[in-house]
Amino acid sequence: MADASPDPEPQPQPESSSSATDTTTTPSTPTATTTSPTTNTAADTTPASASASASSPASSTASATASGPATPTATAAPAPAPAPAPDPDEDLPNMIVYRKCEMMVIVRIHLNAALSIICRFQILQIEDIVTRIQHETEGVPIRTVKSFLSKIPSVVTGADIVQWLMRSLGIEDPAEAIHIGSLIAAQGYIFPISDHVLTLKDDGTFYRFQAPYFWPSNCWEPENTDYAIYLCKRTMQNKTRLELADYEAENLARLQRAFARKWEFIFMQAEAQLKIDRKKDKNERKILDSQERAFWDVHRPVPGCVNTTEMDIRKCRRMKNPQKVKKSVYGLNEDSQSQSPVHAPSQQGRKDTKDDVKKEILFLNAQLDRHCMKVSKVAETLIGYSEQYLDYDPFLTPLEPSNPWISDDPSYWDLEASKDPSQQRVRKWGFSMDEALKDPAGRDQFLRFVESEFSSENLLFWLAVQDLKRRPLQDVGVRAQEIWQEFLAEGAPRSINLDSHSYERTSQNLKDPGRYSFEDAQDHIYKLMKSDSYARFLRSNAYQDLLLARKKLETEQGRRTSLEKFTRSVGKSLTGKRLTGLMQSS
Amino acid sequence: MACQGLEQGETVATLKKETEALKTKLETERAKLQDVELNTLAEKIEPVGQLNIKTRRILKGHGNKVLCVDWCTDKRRMVSSSQDGKVIVWDAYTTNKEHAVTMPCTWVMACAYAPSGCAIAAGGLDNKLSVYPLSLDKNENLASKRKPVAMHTNYVSHCTFTLSDMQVLTSSGDGTCALWDVESAQLLQSFHSHTADVLSLDMGPAETSNTFVSGGCDMKAKLWDMRSGQNVQSFETHQSDVNCVKFYPSGDAFATGSDDATCRFYDLRADREVAVFSKDSVIFGANSVDFSQSGRLLFAGYNDYTVNVWDVLKGTRLNILYGHENRISSLRMAPDGTSFCTASWDNTLRVWA
Repeated sequence: MADASPDPEPQPQPESSSSATDTTTTPSTPTATTTSPTTNTAADTTPASASASASSPASSTASATASGPATPTATAAPAPAPAPAPDPDEDLPNMIVYRKCEMMVIVRIHLNAALSIICRFQILQIEDIVTRIQHETEGVPIRTVKSFLSKIPSVVTGADIVQWLMRSLGIEDPAEAIHIGSLIAAQGYIFPISDHVLTLKDDGTFYRFQAPYFWPSNCWEPENTDYAIYLCKRTMQNKTRLELADYEAENLARLQRAFARKWEFIFMQAEAQLKIDRKKDKNERKILDSQERAFWDVHRPVPGCVNTTEMDIRKCRRMKNPQKVKKSVYGLNEDSQSQSPVHAPSQQGRKDTKDDVKKEILFLNAQLDRHCMKVSKVAETLIGYSEQYLDYDPFLTPLEPSNPWISDDPSYWDLEASKDPSQQRVRKWGFSMDEALKDPAGRDQFLRFVESEFSSENLLFWLAVQDLKRRPLQDVGVRAQEIWQEFLAEGAPRSINLDSHSYERTSQNLKDPGRYSFEDAQDHIYKLMKSDSYARFLRSNAYQDLLLARKKLETEQGRRTSLEKFTRSVGKSLTGKRLTGLMQSS
Repeated sequence: MACQGLEQGETVATLKKETEALKTKLETERAKLQDVELNTLAEKIEPVGQLNIKTRRILKGHGNKVLCVDWCTDKRRMVSSSQDGKVIVWDAYTTNKEHAVTMPCTWVMACAYAPSGCAIAAGGLDNKLSVYPLSLDKNENLASKRKPVAMHTNYVSHCTFTLSDMQVLTSSGDGTCALWDVESAQLLQSFHSHTADVLSLDMGPAETSNTFVSGGCDMKAKLWDMRSGQNVQSFETHQSDVNCVKFYPSGDAFATGSDDATCRFYDLRADREVAVFSKDSVIFGANSVDFSQSGRLLFAGYNDYTVNVWDVLKGTRLNILYGHENRISSLRMAPDGTSFCTASWDNTLRVWA
């Protein structure tokens, strides 16, 4: 099992001609996949056998045939193979369940190998749900429903699926279950039996489960030749319910033009497939036809529907098959290769060099040396921060006068942009020096304050270093020297106070000036300001006035403004009367 | 601290044994710090009230999947980029398109608005990041003013301007991040440590911040020192690609969104994961996350077309927002926290408040 075969389903291995008429070696379509014991027909196949005869005939263990009865690798799986001889007990429910579980294990092993590079998590999670939902006792009730003169095999209602999803995934809102169910349908795992549009409805609409053979995890990228065969085959069938939809007819016409030269070949393939299909039992045929149709609904969706096979280019690069051996749904093999596709090596498997490992050791040792805080402590600060900023979060505290996006009134933005900061904004400057410096108005006020104290050199230095870091590279050298001259050199006009250590370091840095030459100094000055000037700023009259006197001013202004407004409006109406009076008289 | 086993003759295998031993030791040491769960401590605070978040604007105009969006500092404009190579600048408030340019490549996965509002940056499958200066001229030909800045050896996944219009930080499918000087297009610093594609990055929010976090396909999130280029801290608890990283507003923590259908919350001072945002019913990958202004709410856009709103402190999911008709590729909070925007594979952008 060391080969890199990625898919549990057998790669059609045409030992004979490519016409795929040999039913023993090339399974045309998967055998019916259901969990219902009613599909218990031929018992001549055993699940783990490598016998090629397991391909087309339906078997009671059909649900697990995804593991590829025809692939030798399936038998190499760790699960022990049951006795190959047909067993009279084989058809009993217990045996069926046992074999299904065993098969699922085999399927899982192959899947894990296959999906280690693709977004395995997402697919595995979905397929886990899809497997569970079909479980005999824990899943949904899958039944054969009688309708007029015929039977509808192996269906479940949308409502049942929604109920199950709600129960099993802890969902309270049916809308959420419908949404997830619709997505699982859109990916191709469940489908409505009478519609091309893959969505889930919470009612009596009948749904069926897709055969694992057709699951997206098998990395299907079906070619147009396969699609052409499929559509061609459909036109050969006499049932009205299998008539082509408009978009399918259009697709067929387009394909006929594109493949004009090899249409005879496609026609023959379609006939061959039809022949194989006709050999199947009526009910099984119904199931298979619908599964096949659902497969194409995923890969050739109804116009207007989301194409769920579209990939995020950042991810699909890693799973692209470098040899580009495309599997054919109908066992065609265009190229001579009979090998199974090999996955591209994962980037994560990049070999570690000695240097890489040494680097990691250094890193880990540095981590061990790091002093870390306890979660209780950091959690308190996180909680404290969110609580402090609660009033400043428009999603949690309604904005005054209103949120422009909701009310279509931009007054809030106008107010924020105005020269006078609101009391709430001024309050924020008191949360941390960073907040005061972040707000241009706050920075302004802080600067004015330190200037009034004749101690502005620290803040000016800090601002100058911030500006230095924002300059283009070519300006950095010159600007750094200027800063040195202004703030640190002997006899500097705005001399700042640095400890001798930082001074030495900075002086050294200036020999090869860069944007980070003043980091140490800036850090030192920041700490100084925080404990000294900033603390005084918050206690200052200027700041307190803004914080509190604003309120007084506002109410006074409020009265004044409304008085002004009143006088003006009275004045206007008087003037207006006078004017009109004038007009009338003239 | 002296490193053992670095003498000549030590093989990779023995060195690896040492790393395993160190890793185990580190895990034990860190585990001692886990004295309480964040959500347990958060039980004492008031729950978040009823949120009434709806789509307030729909921006239509892209002809293909929208892959990235970034707000302008003026809180109403934004730039978005799409799979067909188009980059559009919108006034999201009026939904008017103000500028448009077609890139010379498809899958423009990264776009950013310069802090001054006078330029945008965009890049993707061309392995480059280009800067376009914006003008008020109605008849401007943006494409002709293109200025290539960054050059990687694989696709550019994310970008951001740092303190000014003069530097950009990029992350790339080549597994590295890089800091560039815009004017000279020179590489100022490169950051190597991820062992797979780097999908996202976010700069620290503090004025003096010299750090940023990145997330990648190696399932790790990493903290970097911009000055030295060193990987300072590394977090590996996700079980699949880390699609997005975002700092908590205080700068002490950050959140991630991943293909493993969970979002996680890491604290830098405790150097560990402090919360996981997941549910049995959330089975699709999270592509993009962002915090509300106070950090109490985490908005996450998923591959199942929805936005989930999480209470960061209590760890619960508060809302599901429906509306988009295909995957959400990018989610960004407005600079003043009044709304957030989502970009989707359904060719539209939505502003929610």
